Amino acid sequence: MAIQFTLNGKPQTVDVNPNMPLLWVLRDTLGMTGTKLGCGISLCGACTVHIDGDATRSCVTPVSSVAGKKITTIEGLSTDRSHPVQRAWIEVDVPQCGYCQSGQIMTTAALLAKNAQPNDAEIDDALKGNICRCGTYQRIREAVHLAAKLAGAPAKKSARLDREEPVEQALAAEAMQVGGTL
Amino acid sequence: MSAGTIMKVGRRGFLKTGAAGAAGLFVGFYLPGRMEALAASPAGAAPASLNAWMLISPDDTVKIMIDKSEMGQGILTALCMIAAEELDCDWKKIRTEFAPAAKEYFNPAFGMQGTGGSSSVRSSWDPLRKAGAAARDMLLQAAAKKWGVEKSACRAENGVIFHDATKRKLTYGSVAQAASMLPVPQDVPLKDPKQYRIIGNPTKRLDTPDKVNGRAEFGLDVRRPGMLYAVVQRCPVFGGKVASFDAAKAKAVPGVKTVIEIPQGIAVVADNTWTAMQGRRALDVKWDEGPNATLTSESISKLFAERTMQPGAEARKEGDTAAALSGASRKLEAVYEAPYLAHATMEPLNCTADVRADRVDVWAPTQFQTVAQATSAKICGLQPEAAFIHTTYLGGGFGRKAGVDFVSEAVEISKAIGAPVKLTWSREDDTQHDFYRPASYARMSGALGANGYPVAWTTRIACPSIMEAWFPGSTKNNLDPTSVEGVANLPYSIPNILVDYVRTEPGIPVGFWRSVGSSQNGFFSECFMDELATAAKKDPYEFRRHLLDKAPRHLAVLDLAAKKARWDSPLPAGHYRGIAVLFAFESYAAQVIEISVDRKAKTLKVHHVVCAVDVGQVVNPSTIVAQSESAVVYGLSSALYGNITIDGGRVKETSFNNYPVLRLDAMPIVEVHIVPSTEKPTGAGELSVPPVVPALCNAIFAATGKRIRRMPIRPEDLA
Repeated sequence: MAIQFTLNGKPQTVDVNPNMPLLWVLRDTLGMTGTKLGCGISLCGACTVHIDGDATRSCVTPVSSVAGKKITTIEGLSTDRSHPVQRAWIEVDVPQCGYCQSGQIMTTAALLAKNAQPNDAEIDDALKGNICRCGTYQRIREAVHLAAKLAGAPAKKSARLDREEPVEQALAAEAMQVGGTL
Repeated sequence: MSAGTIMKVGRRGFLKTGAAGAAGLFVGFYLPGRMEALAASPAGAAPASLNAWMLISPDDTVKIMIDKSEMGQGILTALCMIAAEELDCDWKKIRTEFAPAAKEYFNPAFGMQGTGGSSSVRSSWDPLRKAGAAARDMLLQAAAKKWGVEKSACRAENGVIFHDATKRKLTYGSVAQAASMLPVPQDVPLKDPKQYRIIGNPTKRLDTPDKVNGRAEFGLDVRRPGMLYAVVQRCPVFGGKVASFDAAKAKAVPGVKTVIEIPQGIAVVADNTWTAMQGRRALDVKWDEGPNATLTSESISKLFAERTMQPGAEARKEGDTAAALSGASRKLEAVYEAPYLAHATMEPLNCTADVRADRVDVWAPTQFQTVAQATSAKICGLQPEAAFIHTTYLGGGFGRKAGVDFVSEAVEISKAIGAPVKLTWSREDDTQHDFYRPASYARMSGALGANGYPVAWTTRIACPSIMEAWFPGSTKNNLDPTSVEGVANLPYSIPNILVDYVRTEPGIPVGFWRSVGSSQNGFFSECFMDELATAAKKDPYEFRRHLLDKAPRHLAVLDLAAKKARWDSPLPAGHYRGIAVLFAFESYAAQVIEISVDRKAKTLKVHHVVCAVDVGQVVNPSTIVAQSESAVVYGLSSALYGNITIDGGRVKETSFNNYPVLRLDAMPIVEVHIVPSTEKPTGAGELSVPPVVPALCNAIFAATGKRIRRMPIRPEDLA
């Protein structure tokens, strides 16, 4: 059955079993592997994409339900890693294994689109559905605040970050100087 | 040079080289596919290989071959830092590629190519620095020769060679080809650490950019032309096998291509993963559950308890514990227990295999390349050299991806169907068919002398042997060092110590889980140490301090953690803290964990974790910080939730709902302090897991007065 939707700004038609979850249509049918399988039952957030702007678990979303809708995946967030969330993730050097980070970034991007200046509790609430086994949570929290700032929200104090020892920030600042290859 | 000549110098003795036009030497020893790619590249654009790790292209890019698996621990960046330090190349021009399976890349710690045991920086430290220094020397020689000057009059900096007297310069890329023809010099002097400009500097990871836009290719992301997709139904009971199966309904699922039996179970092959999973649901399999079908967690615990009634293999024996215990005025005894644990990497196991008549290609998130190679070749009846292992990024490893069970399955399926195939494990497969952190049981006893300090310590451990499961015959006298690490290396000055081990094999598959034996033995030893401190009515930090008089590096991390946590200052009302210190992977770690407990609600909040680590010479401080934070999360997950329950010889848990892990809203603030050191680098990736459980349980004791001697922490433990 042909199903049409908008994928990263472009019209897309797929002819697949309508019950197939969007995750597998993206990964196997369309070859867009940035969206990950973590659990397949909406427990971990690795498969998060935006459907009409909402952070959604693609692993439990039948492709038939997205007909006519606008889907954004990690590949469509920006063409050049310029989205504020991506810039913040690079600046804070968040990823370790990186496998869950597509989901973390997509959840954060959806959060900031609705709440330009989330506080610590709102960040925890929005991101507690996204598991990271490498435990990058502390850097994720820092990067969400930074992304909000990069997106133009006025600076907001984080009780949590203020309480941290300066070592982490100092390291991040110094790390900028040695640089990476982009 | 003619095509196919064998270069005869140094480490490159085995490299096959060939001509790609008059100007273009290419060295294509390493990757199938790369030969063709290089042959197709324009003459003069191909890289020149200076050793097994470093290739320099005419455009000055430096490719570093990464011979360790990048599973989040930051090794890709660390190896580049070590290589670049001695090579003096331009950091911005570094590119990387995962190395194939080859003898050149054997990890000296294992005698095979592999990543684990926090051994990567340790094992690459000397070879990569020497390779970098030799390559730089060859580049200097080539430039000097070109200019007709002495090498000693030239210097290298940031990928450029200068002849200051004549103000001439040449880039590495412009002399790399000439340099690659030179013999490899031996014993080129290495830099004094004072000269380091990269090593020791907090450095951003090179793999971050590809991990924020979906570009990084994990095993599960591999796609090959004509590839099919497979899942496997395995016997839920360990050691069981297929008795019979009916594939009619599975084959009737549109898109299912075939259903076959392989040694590991029944494989369903389809034109996409989801369809393969649908087909698997429709399978009807009768299992021969085998001898383990009655095993339960309770029966295993009972077995361990019985086994510890008899003496085991002595791992450490000092003095006379029996005499010291019988003569002591104050004695303590306790039993500690730890459950089986799953690794739960975010990327479920997977492997893509393409078996042909004369070769097999494997794309896998593997920690053990040469084992994957030997295993794949054996299944196909080929020589190991005909098995090409393409290592991808690993979406977490933690020891699980050292197993090659998932590689074997994919190769079996591809061989059977004659097509490339991607095998995917579901989360449920991954949880229920792991090589688990062994369950373990420890009887502890201790005695205090007249001065209030311990005069005797005994620990008897019953648990399965990982080493015998993975490398049969590798242990002596039934003593597996990984079963007792974390207690046999107790650093405290206690005159009478006995640690013995009763190898006990219930039949559940076991394997290396981040920090291995120290993950449970650290809990046993550092909690029991706290029990002794309490019995002695002494402060747990001061008590440890006193007993670390012969362990200066332990003492230094303990003092650093205590100082940064302001151990001697009062905490906010209702907050409590615990402390622990351990040696693991040749490194030292101490932690102070601050918590509060709601005893009515039987809940716990972890507020703050202060880590102190001594890992010798630090390559990338930013990574040490990240790995310590990561280890804290891994340890907290195990303490708060980690429990694999055996029932009927199978695992009850299936996914993150019943095998939960720490989520962002429960993340404490973690601070990491590094002891400055010029000692040789030691392990960092697993080091900070073991102190978490004891520091946390010791904090809970401070809050509730209750000792927790069994993992994970249960609500009733907090009442």
